[in-house]
Amino acid sequence: MSDHTHAAPKRSGLWDWLTTVDHKKIGILYLLAGGIFFLFGGVEALLIRLQLLYPEQQVVGADTFNQLITMHGTTMIFLAVMPVIFGFMNAIVPLQIGARDVAFPFVNALGFWLFFFGGLLLNTSWLLGGAPNMGWTAYATLASNPKFTGLGADFYVLGLQIAGLGTLLGGINFLVTIINMRAPGMTFMRMPLFTWTSFVTSALILFAFPALTVGLVFLMFDRLFGANFFNPDAGGNVLIWEHIFWIFGHPEVYILILPAFGIISEIVSTFSKKRLFGYSSMVFATILIGFLGFMVWVHHMFTSGLGPIANTLFGIATMLIAVPTGIKIFNWLFTMWGGHIRFTTANLFAVGFIPTFTIGGMTGVMLANPAADYQYHDTYFVVAHFHYVIVGGLVFGLMGGLYYWWPKIFGKFLNETIGKWNFWTFFIGFHLTFFPQHFLGLMGMPRRVFTYLKGQDLELGNFISSIGVLGMAIGTILLFINIFVAAKSAKRAPADPWDGRTLEWAIPSPAPEYNFAQTPLVRGLDALWTEKMAGNKGMTPAEPLGSIHMPSPSFIPFVMSVGLFIAGYGFMYASTWGTYIVGIIGLVITLFCMLLRSLYDDHGYHIEPDEIEEKGVKA
Amino acid sequence: MLMALALVLTGCGKENLSTLIPQGPVAEKQFFLMVLTSSIMTGVFLIVIIILTYVLIRYRQRPGQTGIPKQVEGSHKLEILWTVIPFLLLIVMAVPTVAIAFDLAKEYSNKDALQVKVTAHQFWWEFEYPDLGIVTAQDLYIPAGKKVEFTVTSADVIHAFWIPALGGKIDTNPGLTNKIWLQADKPGTYFGKCAELCGASHALMDFKVEALEPAAFDAWAKKMKAAEAAPAPTATAAAAQGQEIFRKSCMGCHAIGNEGGKLAPNLTNFAERHKVAGIRDNKKEFVAEWLTDPQQVKPGNTMPNLHLSPDQVNALVEYLSTLKVNQ
Repeated sequence: MSDHTHAAPKRSGLWDWLTTVDHKKIGILYLLAGGIFFLFGGVEALLIRLQLLYPEQQVVGADTFNQLITMHGTTMIFLAVMPVIFGFMNAIVPLQIGARDVAFPFVNALGFWLFFFGGLLLNTSWLLGGAPNMGWTAYATLASNPKFTGLGADFYVLGLQIAGLGTLLGGINFLVTIINMRAPGMTFMRMPLFTWTSFVTSALILFAFPALTVGLVFLMFDRLFGANFFNPDAGGNVLIWEHIFWIFGHPEVYILILPAFGIISEIVSTFSKKRLFGYSSMVFATILIGFLGFMVWVHHMFTSGLGPIANTLFGIATMLIAVPTGIKIFNWLFTMWGGHIRFTTANLFAVGFIPTFTIGGMTGVMLANPAADYQYHDTYFVVAHFHYVIVGGLVFGLMGGLYYWWPKIFGKFLNETIGKWNFWTFFIGFHLTFFPQHFLGLMGMPRRVFTYLKGQDLELGNFISSIGVLGMAIGTILLFINIFVAAKSAKRAPADPWDGRTLEWAIPSPAPEYNFAQTPLVRGLDALWTEKMAGNKGMTPAEPLGSIHMPSPSFIPFVMSVGLFIAGYGFMYASTWGTYIVGIIGLVITLFCMLLRSLYDDHGYHIEPDEIEEKGVKA
Repeated sequence: MLMALALVLTGCGKENLSTLIPQGPVAEKQFFLMVLTSSIMTGVFLIVIIILTYVLIRYRQRPGQTGIPKQVEGSHKLEILWTVIPFLLLIVMAVPTVAIAFDLAKEYSNKDALQVKVTAHQFWWEFEYPDLGIVTAQDLYIPAGKKVEFTVTSADVIHAFWIPALGGKIDTNPGLTNKIWLQADKPGTYFGKCAELCGASHALMDFKVEALEPAAFDAWAKKMKAAEAAPAPTATAAAAQGQEIFRKSCMGCHAIGNEGGKLAPNLTNFAERHKVAGIRDNKKEFVAEWLTDPQQVKPGNTMPNLHLSPDQVNALVEYLSTLKVNQ
């Protein structure tokens, strides 16, 4: 077999999707899988609020409720919003930096399939004797000792290890891509904000996820192999898990929110027709938030008894994050100042994001205060706070991003009328749901309670909160209807539907598989806008038209992930089945795939200039 | 604005439960911090909202508007302004934050404070008074107007000890101890809760705090001590039968006085408790319901269903209703 085949491998249908290494298709896979898990997490949320609609209800039992809250948190964070973020990073970042693909297309596919099978493994727990029920934070000894939690916790430990590997691979891939694959002239200080935030998020993933992996391995050893890392009766220490978990868990918050900051920056700037106000300080603030994000994990542990010195140091470090975050808020406001603001659906989400996220930030500063946090900690005040940040911040950002980039990713428009209904129902529903929860917490309602007793004045707040969820549900349903409508519509999106500023709008929608027929030359911040202002029709090419090297599709990432999926069950059920053989078979499949990948050199294929012309005309 | 916010916040919730109606010095200090930080933050929020509203109205695209707005790179003056002002606001918040955090972390010896050892269990609370030689459960008796120093730990998983009206919470970590001091200014009954997810019935792991006048507390402690040494004799035949059943079936885990196991709540003053299992009113019908099927009332708790006959249940209920010390 020759090293360079010149014919593009023809693959279609399901086989194409299972073997693709194209970042744009992987992006769509991430969006699809993330969207499905988002629905799972949403249904769990609906059941949670239904159970809490009235006091002392028995809609679902106590243990089922704990499974619901655990899976709601775990699913939403690891399986819904993270993949959607990765979906955008895949679909958009290479286009924004003028690259033809990511640095490691094979690893990119592997990252997706690991995440997918990890998430699938975790969710099969519902059918196999009960989901994890110890909260997404999985505190020891509740989670570490099989005496207190059943098999569900094993699904958590193994599912997240597999999914977490995928995330780590994705993070490394994007770091290398952004460092190495920028087009000529695309200096770091000309990168669009979404690329910048993806870059910092990838760096955070690189440093934070190994902590989670280590923690999960400890937990796995305690649960499956009788170790005592977290067992106080044998010299273990329950606080070690809290430290490890939050050394991962707090940066995770910024891993989630930074890309949303990036999306909001792109949308606000595009729909105000202005360059981003204070671009350099935005970049600086992003990096500072990422850095400080590693210095504040103890604010999740103020009540664990670490003493006033640790508590106040970490408390003040936490408050400091308000400064770069405030810089961002004001920069967005002044980007709009003096602009021509268009209220598209994408921009409605961005505009709705600003006050909502500000409230989340305000309560964040309040929570940073250790002595006062003794009252807030583990109450509905905290639940309200992090939903303001994660839903009011991140999910608003992601929904805005969907409306903004949908034409680029799929070549069609999401309907603006349905989109506006989507925004307003979701926005109003969101505030109805979560605003009263601040007060419920202050009035003495702990979080993660499956019910509350009558006569504690908690009825009204919970009732409003449960009704508000309907608004969010309707908003989400409208979004899915909109996607369906868009898929059916015949209207094609042009290359640059929003009068865009960044490179992704310089190429056809959807982008051809090689992205840029000729690598563009970047001559300023907002590369496309710079050319538009110079009176040019498009980007100036940095190279002559030539043959384009493309990576070959591969089925190996899929099989490699299936191997770990099987191994997960093998180890969980080893004691039930009395054998490790299934686990070993799974690992052998994965290792064999690694061997195959190492021994068999695939140098990809080339797309020749005549094919490019042809495809260019079609698109 | 501080005053206005304080007014809005106070009066929210139930007096003996809400953190917004502080009933002791610790909760008061924490409430002060809440009002301080939330007013500063509300101020920041209002500024953001005012600018946002102005911008959205003033700079929305008019129909037919063309041209390109001025592309502004930034403004050093403005950017320095919104970096420095938040810093100053943070300093205003940081000073009382540090002061109060250290104040609340003070530890008091038995000269200055009543010492209570708290052990959390799935899903109940054990209270031991080492200096008084008393062990009780579920209802925590404290003297009003006096500091109480709690040393907390757990027998199984992490719980958190929280009396919202008196002050913030502290985690009870198995294998470790934490300390916290609280004080109730007035006599009264306050709600206590577990704030850390600890299993199926986490939501039902409530307790009560009974703050008594110091003299009344001393009297209670004396009677409690006496009752622990020698529980009161049973009066009726039914109660005697109940006591028999208790000795056979319950004493492995539950103690009355000094006799019995320590795996489950001590029942010396059971008839005076506010609640059965921490949640139901302490009435005979609920005690009977609990004895008949503990899992149905409080899922996941460690009390087994003893499959008692209705007669046996009634006898036990009779016996338990005689367990009083404070009359």
